[in-house]
Amino acid sequence: MNERMAGLMLATIVGVLLIVAVYVSLPEFGSFPLRNIGGNRENAIGQRILENAPRETGSGNVVTGVVWGYRGYDTLGEATILFTAVVGVVALFRAFGRRRA
Amino acid sequence: MELNYAVAMMLVALGLYCVIAKRNLIKMIMGLSVLTDGIHLFLISLGYRAGGTAPIVAGEMISDLQGFASRAVDPIPQALVLTSIVINVCILALALSLAVHIYRNYGTLKPSEIRRLRE
Amino acid sequence: MSGMSIIPKTIARLLFPFVAFFGAYIVVHGHLSPGGGFPGGVVIASAFLMMAIAYGLSGLKRESALVRAEALETAGGVAIVLLSLLGISLGLNFLQNVLPTGFLGELFSGGILPFLYLGVGLKVTAGILLVLLSMLFAFGGEE
Repeated sequence: MNERMAGLMLATIVGVLLIVAVYVSLPEFGSFPLRNIGGNRENAIGQRILENAPRETGSGNVVTGVVWGYRGYDTLGEATILFTAVVGVVALFRAFGRRRA
Repeated sequence: MELNYAVAMMLVALGLYCVIAKRNLIKMIMGLSVLTDGIHLFLISLGYRAGGTAPIVAGEMISDLQGFASRAVDPIPQALVLTSIVINVCILALALSLAVHIYRNYGTLKPSEIRRLRE
Repeated sequence: MSGMSIIPKTIARLLFPFVAFFGAYIVVHGHLSPGGGFPGGVVIASAFLMMAIAYGLSGLKRESALVRAEALETAGGVAIVLLSLLGISLGLNFLQNVLPTGFLGELFSGGILPFLYLGVGLKVTAGILLVLLSMLFAFGGEE
C-alpha cells in the first residue's frame, strides 16, 4: 500500500506541474504560424512547406510529400525498425515449443 | 474552452502511474502505451490553426494554391506522429512476447518475484 | 489449431474480398487521400488473419508458411531501397524524384511516391502476418 500511495502522489504532482507548465509557456491553442516560444518571432517552417509542397513533390497529400519528400531518411529508418522488431519476435517464438520448462 | 493540452498531460500522468505502481507486467506495458498516446495528442495539437482544414489538395482547391496555404493546418507534426505510432507498435510487440516468455519460465508475472536469474 | 463452426467460416469467406480490396484502395491512393502504406498494410493483414482464425491452421505447414511470408517482407524492403538508389544511378541525390510529376490530383502523379508506398504496404502486411502466424504456431502446434 505504501508504494501505491507514493506512486499516486507522484503521478498527481507530475500531472499538475505539466499542465501548469504547458499553459504558461505555450502560445494559445490555434495559432499555427506564430512561434512565440523563447525568443523566436518568425513563422514556423510548416508554412513554407505548405506553399511549396504541391508544386515540388507533385502529390496532393502534403503529409505524403513531407514523409517521403522532405524527410525521407526518417521513413527509411522506420522501415528498418519494423523489420528488426519482426525478426526479434520470430526469433523469440522459434524455440517456444521445444523447451518445456 | 479548449482541453487538448490538459487531456494530453493527464494521459501522460496516468501512464506514468501505471508504470510505477502496478504489480502486473501486462498492466505496466499497457501504461507505456497510454503514455505514448498522450504524447502523440500533444504533438498534433501544437500545429492547429483556428478554423483550418486538412492539408490535402483535392478537387476544387487545385486552382487556388495560395488560399489553401493560408487555410491548412501544420503537416509536420502529423508526419512525426505517423512514424512514432509504428515504432510504438514494434515496442509493444517485443515487450509482450518477452512477457509471454517470462510467464512460461517463472510461472508468475509479479516484478518483485522475477529478480534472480534462474540457473 | 482447429477452425470454428460454419457461421464464422461463411462470414469470413464472404467478407474477405471486400476488406482486402478496401485495404488495397487505401495503399494505392496514398498520395491523394489520407492513408498510405502503413494503415493500408494493417487492413490487408487483418483480412488474412480473419480467414486464418475462422478456418484454422491445420492445413498449413509451419516452415513453408513462414518462409513465404519472410520472402514477401524482404521483397518489399528491397524494393524501397532499389527505388531510392534509382536517383544515384542517374547522377542525382539519394531518394530524388526522377519520374515525371504529372498533374496535381491524378492517379499517376508524384514521381516515385506511389511506388514507395506500394513497397511499404507489402512490407507492413507481411510483417504483421509473420508476427501473428509465428505466435499462433507456437501456441497451437500443428496437428
